[in-house]
Amino acid sequence: MKINVTINGQAHSHDVEPRLLLIHYLRDTVGLTGPHIGCETSLCGACTVEVDGNAVKACTMFAVQADGHDVLTIEGLAVDGKLHKMQEAFWNEHGAQCGFCTPGMIMASKQIIERNPNPTDEEIRHGLEGNICRCTGYQHIVNAVRAAAKA
Amino acid sequence: MATTITKHETLVGKAIRRREDPRLITGTATYVDDIQMPGMHHAAILRSPYAAAKIKSINIDAAKAHPGVAAVFVGADTKDVGPVPCGASLPGLRVPHHYILAIDRVYFVGHPVAVVVASDKYIARDAVDLIEVDWEPTGAIADPEKALEAGSPAVHPEWPDNTAFTYHQEGGDAAKAFAEAEVVIKQRITSQRLVPNSMETRGVVADWNAADRSMILWSSTQIPHLMRTLVALMLGLEENRMRVITPEVGGGFGSKLNVYAEEALMGFIARKLGKPVKWIESRRENFLCTTHGRGHVDFYEIAAKKDGTITGLRVKILQDLGAYHQLLTPAIPTLSVLMLPGLYRFKNVTADIVGVFTNCTPTDAYRGAGRPEATHGIERMVDMLAAELKMDPAELRLKNFVHNDEFPFPTATGLTYDSGDYAAPLNKALEIVDYKSLRAKQAAARKEGKLMGIGMSTYGEICALGPSPATPAGGWESATVKIDPTGKVTLMTGSCHHGQGEETTFAQIAADELGVPIDDILVLRGDTAIVQYGIGTFGSRGTAVGGTAMYFALQTLKDKIKRYGAMLLDSDDVTYADGNVICNKTGKNAPLAQIAGAAHRAMKLPPNTEPGLFATYFWEPPNFTFPFGAHIVVTEVDKETGKIDINRYVAVDDCGRILNPLIVAGQVHGGVAQGLGQALCEHAVYDDDAQLVSGEFMDYAMPRASMMPWIEAEHTCTPSPVNPLGVKGVGEAGTIGCSPAIVNSVVDALSPLGVKHIDMPMSSEKIWKLANA
Repeated sequence: MKINVTINGQAHSHDVEPRLLLIHYLRDTVGLTGPHIGCETSLCGACTVEVDGNAVKACTMFAVQADGHDVLTIEGLAVDGKLHKMQEAFWNEHGAQCGFCTPGMIMASKQIIERNPNPTDEEIRHGLEGNICRCTGYQHIVNAVRAAAKA
Repeated sequence: MATTITKHETLVGKAIRRREDPRLITGTATYVDDIQMPGMHHAAILRSPYAAAKIKSINIDAAKAHPGVAAVFVGADTKDVGPVPCGASLPGLRVPHHYILAIDRVYFVGHPVAVVVASDKYIARDAVDLIEVDWEPTGAIADPEKALEAGSPAVHPEWPDNTAFTYHQEGGDAAKAFAEAEVVIKQRITSQRLVPNSMETRGVVADWNAADRSMILWSSTQIPHLMRTLVALMLGLEENRMRVITPEVGGGFGSKLNVYAEEALMGFIARKLGKPVKWIESRRENFLCTTHGRGHVDFYEIAAKKDGTITGLRVKILQDLGAYHQLLTPAIPTLSVLMLPGLYRFKNVTADIVGVFTNCTPTDAYRGAGRPEATHGIERMVDMLAAELKMDPAELRLKNFVHNDEFPFPTATGLTYDSGDYAAPLNKALEIVDYKSLRAKQAAARKEGKLMGIGMSTYGEICALGPSPATPAGGWESATVKIDPTGKVTLMTGSCHHGQGEETTFAQIAADELGVPIDDILVLRGDTAIVQYGIGTFGSRGTAVGGTAMYFALQTLKDKIKRYGAMLLDSDDVTYADGNVICNKTGKNAPLAQIAGAAHRAMKLPPNTEPGLFATYFWEPPNFTFPFGAHIVVTEVDKETGKIDINRYVAVDDCGRILNPLIVAGQVHGGVAQGLGQALCEHAVYDDDAQLVSGEFMDYAMPRASMMPWIEAEHTCTPSPVNPLGVKGVGEAGTIGCSPAIVNSVVDALSPLGVKHIDMPMSSEKIWKLANA
């Protein structure tokens, strides 16, 4: 099937199999390997991207469902080399260790503060429920989201 | 030669943000699955759905004929590839031959049976479904206690008792201690099977160059050099023509301290097809085929006097090994034995291990590797003893700790504890929680019918693995420092960090030693063609062993820099400071960049000095290091639901000198999360047919953000005398200290109801039943 998708502000057209997952389309066809595959069952959140401004797990959506839509991946977050404030906060607060969950974690965290500009720690933790991190124990991630909200 | 010298700001000890993070937070890091190569093929593996079965026949015709499929291989094709290696040796150890693909029988669910190679990963997976296997299921056994009963199915038919080894160790005279004991407590304590679940699964890319007889293997591993040696042996390749590259690694926790069938299998395929091939493990495969952790059923007995003096410990450990030995499988419970005395002075210990085969995934190292099991056991027993003697658990611990003037302290299990002040972290933690008023609060809460618990653990651990005689493949680590003609510094470490932040901490060490800006320093690791041989990152050894090797390489190079500086300054009385060699008499200086240029141009050489600025150091540690600490946990149990609320978590860890407090805090938090996972929710559950029923994130409960309490992480600092950095290691501390503290807290909460012990995980169902019995 022919699809037209805007990814990180750029137009892309590809002919894809209907069964191709969005995450495989982004990683293998488009070459954006920032979103990661941690489970392929929508439970870990490593593949989180935005579609039309909503955080989605790209392993649970077909590429064809993104036809005509606007996708934002971690690679599109920094503008002209300037990090997004959530990226900066993850760096300052040591929110990443092995880094594998980090792109999805940052995309989910960005969504948390966009929906709720002044979240409590409890609200931050609730907002991170869909993303698993095995390294950090989440505390520095919570610190990062709080810091970015205030930035 | 009299330029201004900028005073170098000391970086060791500062919470500087990590230098590896820019690529991680922008999604530009390269993990194995991010590697694309022209002509690359993709492999998918057919795995056994049965825990024990004979393979009567395999029909691969349809899979082979599927469009896009390049090849299908079965066990008969790969039987000459060397077995998956077991690096541990114990007297009388039974080692089953571990083929990379099953030959005529499978031994656990997930056992690899056939591999499909195709031009596309979707096609490879489609074709796996076209392979027809005629199975004849045989009896399977998952429970290690039942596996030892007569008449149980034999995992390996040649060994019907399912016993891989027995092991005995003793120190002092435990029999006498128990004969003379005034109090003896016995308890069966389990440490359940866990799945390490690094967020990046395993993955391998192999590329063969026939003309050069060379192979490049990209693998998500903690041990690139050991992998090169072992996989070259498995494949019959020349080790010097094999290159292992470890790109970014998305967590390991011990599960990537291994060599698996798939590394050799991808190498075999790349060589057969002459094409690069990639295999990325699915999460389901990760649950089934990557090593699990723990899997203990232990029987503890503790002997004491009525005044609370602990006199002896007797322990029998049943270690569920799974179906095969992976790299270190049988060695892991021997680490438990070493750690049994904890922080206590008693000198009489006897321990027995029975290594049991089951039709399950092999167990091996998982964060803490043997030490969390032992710490959980001794810390539970100390609490049970305190309850029996009606003593305060803190008081009982303080009474039995090794005294400060007894270091170096020889233990009953043959270790020599390096340094410590074991009361310090406990006293600090007690102070932070205001223990006395907390107990008063608890008494008041109990009067209101509330189930409030206060629990503690005081743990020790064996880190900086380790002296070579105690480590199967050598316990040293290597480091190289080179300075380019322009004065830029490159560090190459045999450690292979995968989230621990050593690109930052090693650069901090080098920046301070060389007095150069940290931005001038590049840290490389994880490529056998770039880095001299190394051992890798595990057992809290990265900084304590690898960092120390780096420190010594820096000293060697500094000597050379000084010789060049002395020559340039025409003086034999010089010092090195702030990136300059300085003449002590004249005050004239030669900056490092100038020396680097002179050393490379080599127009003139100092006496007995070679050109260039390059130094390599292989450091052999004289001992392990022994970090310690105290964790206190305050809980409340909801009687109606069995839910456990953790209202306070205080961790006071002593990991020696701290190089970067931000990174150390991250290690403690992450370690606690994994200990909490074991205490509360994680469990690799096998049914009676040895099917893993918690084999996906849907069923296996990983700690998520809302489950984690706020961790109040504090430290005391007792430098280690084992290395000049004074560091002890911190990667596993949180995990080791955590689970007994949480369980002790919940047992304390339920103690008014007569509860004395709870096995992990403490699910709400289990707690509700205990609270409403």
